[in-house]
Amino acid sequence: MSNWMEDLREVIPGNQIMTEIADRYSYSFDASFGEYLPDAAVQAKTKQEVVHIVKIANQFNIPIYPRGQGTCLSGGPLPVHGGIVLDLSQWPEQIELNADDLTVKVSPSVLTDRINEEAEKHGLMYAPDPSSAHVATIGGNLAENSGGPRGLKYGVTKDFVLGLELVTPEGEVIRTGGQTIKNVTGFDLTKLIVGSEGTLGVITEATLKLMPKPPSVQTVMVEFENVRTAGEAISRTLTSGILPSKMEFMDKACIQAVEKFQPSGLPVDAEAIVIIELDGHPETLKLETVLIENIMEEIGASNVSIPATSEEAAKIWHARKQVSPAIAKIKPTKVSEDATVPRSKIPDMMDRLNEIKEKYQVEVVVFGHAGDGNLHPNILCDKRDQEEMIRVEKAVEEIFQAAINLGGTLSGEHGIGTMKAPFMEQELGAVGLEMMKRIKDSWDPNRIMNPGKIFPEKGQKLVLRNE
Amino acid sequence: MSKLQSLQEKINYDKTFDCVQCGYCLPACPTYETMERETHSPRGRINLVKMVAEGKASIDDLEKPIEKCLGCMACTTVCPTNVQYGQILEGAKEVIEDHQVKSTSRKKMEDFLFGSFFPSGKWMDTLGSLTWFYQKSGLQTFANLLRLTKAAPLHLDKFEKVIPKQPSPKERAKRTKRYIRTRPARAKVAFFTGCVMDSVFFQTNQNTIELLLRWGFEVVLPEEQTCCGALHAHSGKVHDSIHLAKRNIEAFEEEEVDYIINNAGGCGARMVEYDHLFEEGTSWHKRAEQFVSKMKDISEVLVEVDHVYFNKLIDKTVTYQPSCHMTNVQKVLSPPLQLMKKVPGLTLKELDRPDFCCGSAGIYNIINYEDSMDILDVKMRDVCNAESETVVTTNPGCLLQMKLGIEREGVNHTMDAEHLVDLLLEADPQQR
Ligand SMILES: Cc1cc2nc3c(=O)[nH]c(=O)nc-3n(C[C@H](O)[C@H](O)[C@H](O)COP(=O)(O)OP(=O)(O)OC[C@H]3O[C@@H](n4cnc5c(N)ncnc54)[C@H](O)[C@@H]3O)c2cc1C
Ligand code: SF4
Ligand code: SF4
Repeated sequence: MSNWMEDLREVIPGNQIMTEIADRYSYSFDASFGEYLPDAAVQAKTKQEVVHIVKIANQFNIPIYPRGQGTCLSGGPLPVHGGIVLDLSQWPEQIELNADDLTVKVSPSVLTDRINEEAEKHGLMYAPDPSSAHVATIGGNLAENSGGPRGLKYGVTKDFVLGLELVTPEGEVIRTGGQTIKNVTGFDLTKLIVGSEGTLGVITEATLKLMPKPPSVQTVMVEFENVRTAGEAISRTLTSGILPSKMEFMDKACIQAVEKFQPSGLPVDAEAIVIIELDGHPETLKLETVLIENIMEEIGASNVSIPATSEEAAKIWHARKQVSPAIAKIKPTKVSEDATVPRSKIPDMMDRLNEIKEKYQVEVVVFGHAGDGNLHPNILCDKRDQEEMIRVEKAVEEIFQAAINLGGTLSGEHGIGTMKAPFMEQELGAVGLEMMKRIKDSWDPNRIMNPGKIFPEKGQKLVLRNE
Repeated sequence: MSKLQSLQEKINYDKTFDCVQCGYCLPACPTYETMERETHSPRGRINLVKMVAEGKASIDDLEKPIEKCLGCMACTTVCPTNVQYGQILEGAKEVIEDHQVKSTSRKKMEDFLFGSFFPSGKWMDTLGSLTWFYQKSGLQTFANLLRLTKAAPLHLDKFEKVIPKQPSPKERAKRTKRYIRTRPARAKVAFFTGCVMDSVFFQTNQNTIELLLRWGFEVVLPEEQTCCGALHAHSGKVHDSIHLAKRNIEAFEEEEVDYIINNAGGCGARMVEYDHLFEEGTSWHKRAEQFVSKMKDISEVLVEVDHVYFNKLIDKTVTYQPSCHMTNVQKVLSPPLQLMKKVPGLTLKELDRPDFCCGSAGIYNIINYEDSMDILDVKMRDVCNAESETVVTTNPGCLLQMKLGIEREGVNHTMDAEHLVDLLLEADPQQR
């Protein structure tokens, strides 16, 4: 260890190299499961520092794991094979906004919300809105291809990236894409890197696309007596010529948990609610609101409420935000999944989830971005109860299987990381996975860049327990 | 019970499971911002407590990260799963404190104390009144307090400049314990005087009484009251702090009052949680709940009454630095702002990040001087940007720290800091 450590110190300031137990444990986890002690946590604040660290790792064959703010829900930054956690969160914030071109150039450490704040000063917005945007870094968002409610109308992170700067696993600097909307020069490496979960290199800069901020928004809350009608209502809305910016779904268990945690005026008798947000010109919104009301009445929704003021609307969205803390009260451990199905299959998926819940006797609540089929079934359990956790593991496996069988995918937002790696072949097929693996191997011949992620290791299974 | 099990119980291992490691607390934590590592973040600290409880890390590993925590509780306000960080922190401090008894650090500290601290006549003069504070607070000797610092240099001289001129003991003695009204009183309140407030900011306490009287309250000062116990709890002396809580509960039971008023955000925060110190169902728990239900920050009672107007125009621009404990523990947010908005002539410019701690945090600024100053520097950038003439605060620790910040920035000719109470009295409130 001493050899590479000495080499590191040649360029990296001492206070950016952490080797004490307390520090190493502080970079041993993310927001998912498992904890792995790295040999060191090293902070990079410039491109040159990243190059130096990666070159050493590559030379000495030391695994290296990029890390933003460690909010990943699938194990992306976990140092599963020891080695170096590369902390990028302390890189000084750089946001270079070019209002005329509707673009912004950012350093990897920038918190996603900060981009939006700067954009709003110019009447613009950065559309991707993962709910962790005030905490997570853009580097993490790019690596995970994060998305949020607005993904329905505007798309996810990958739809807003024009160009990247990347330090390859061999320590070389490349630039992909550019500053322009149109660009067809060669392979689209930008899109390859986005969503690669830090396995192809370290993103050191990104050029992102901005768009005009819609002048106004309108919220509508719709209640349903059964989940199937809710599912149909979503499809019907989306084929009616209206494209809401958000369509959020909450099931009964979720609604009741929120009302118990903090009474917010949600309808506790409803089997499901869908909260819709429309954005655009005020006149258009008036029209669309009426249209939505008609659709919902026709299809048999039990109630439609249209908040008259922005405060009332804020109250509804606040209630939606309370879902996370509210369900945490049911049981302390939350296994948050994000299996995604084609929109029309939402009711079928809900049926499957109910069966799974019964079969394994686990607590499941469901909410999510129903507009794009991205459900968040959350299993509430207690990490300390080994027996329960085994049931949960089985339930999670079946949820994945159900999503794939319905033509969906393992993950809509949270990424594969360590947690979903064992299920990759089921979704992609042996050849599909092998082609991905070949790309990875040629980018990273010494397999030092974030090993243990995406690609299952021999015999790897889903484990939510700490043995 | 095995050794590890009893450690787990003491260190609140169970409570660490409420943390889902989402990181939502990271942007709120001042030490994560200035010390730039996860080890000094709420999530990192909670994880380390867990690692210690699981025997993966040692108590020594935990010591520094815990000592560097301000206890500002900004993390608890933003935490979506309502992690009881305050209890985890206190548990950790207690474990560290117990562990240290066996070490030689105590000796080192006392050497320092008696070797260099007490002989410093100049320092003792300035702090004459503080001796009284230590007696009253039950810390008794400086040793108790300063043992915490190991042999770290104390930058006490830095604070010398910013401590206000002390009233003579004669003036102090003039104070009565009871202010009865000739007209029927709006309500009867007991005033909690606090230790630092009553020694260093004696005049502000006098002004507090005056305000309460002008607002039409009858005021009593129960004689047996004592230190709130916050400093003790923050340094792992849980038993002492429980003892002090009991003494206060008893002292304030002697008078039949409607409210118990405090004017120090930190003390108030401690006292509104007295009920947490006792097991539910016990008689002490019940008595504590009674006590807590009456406890109010002065701004809370003043704002409720509107028949008071201000006689004097205060033509200046102020900014407000809320006390973290008032915001995050007492959850008193708007009353001070509402009161200031009523003062004629006053322009209030709010800070960009009012919820960012000033770094005073009890005795943190004495024990962790350098780290505290890093945090203060961040705060002062915000304060200077607000371009105000006065920084208003509601807690003695914050007040001293803001004065220190103003001194450090070299803007003491154009800016000062004062307690909300002093500002309000200056505006000469009168009943309609
Ligand atoms: C409460 C909560 C809510 C969430 N909500 C959402 C949501 O609505 N939508 C959503 O999509 N996600 C959500 N997430 C997941 C998570 O916030 C995102 O995946 C986020 O993008 C991670 O960012 P980070 O900075 O924390 O990265 P980390 O967690 O530190 O890392 C994530 C991955 O990115 C890699 N990485 C980080 N920085 C770089 C870089 N500069 N170069 C190369 N690789 C890098 C890491 O190796 C790792 O694989 C949520 C998480 C939590 C805890
Ligand atoms: S916000 Fe709360 S749950 Fe999330 S990491 Fe911080 S303490 Fe843990
Ligand atoms: S109490 Fe303050 S300093 Fe301590 S962890 Fe919480 S936010 Fe950070």
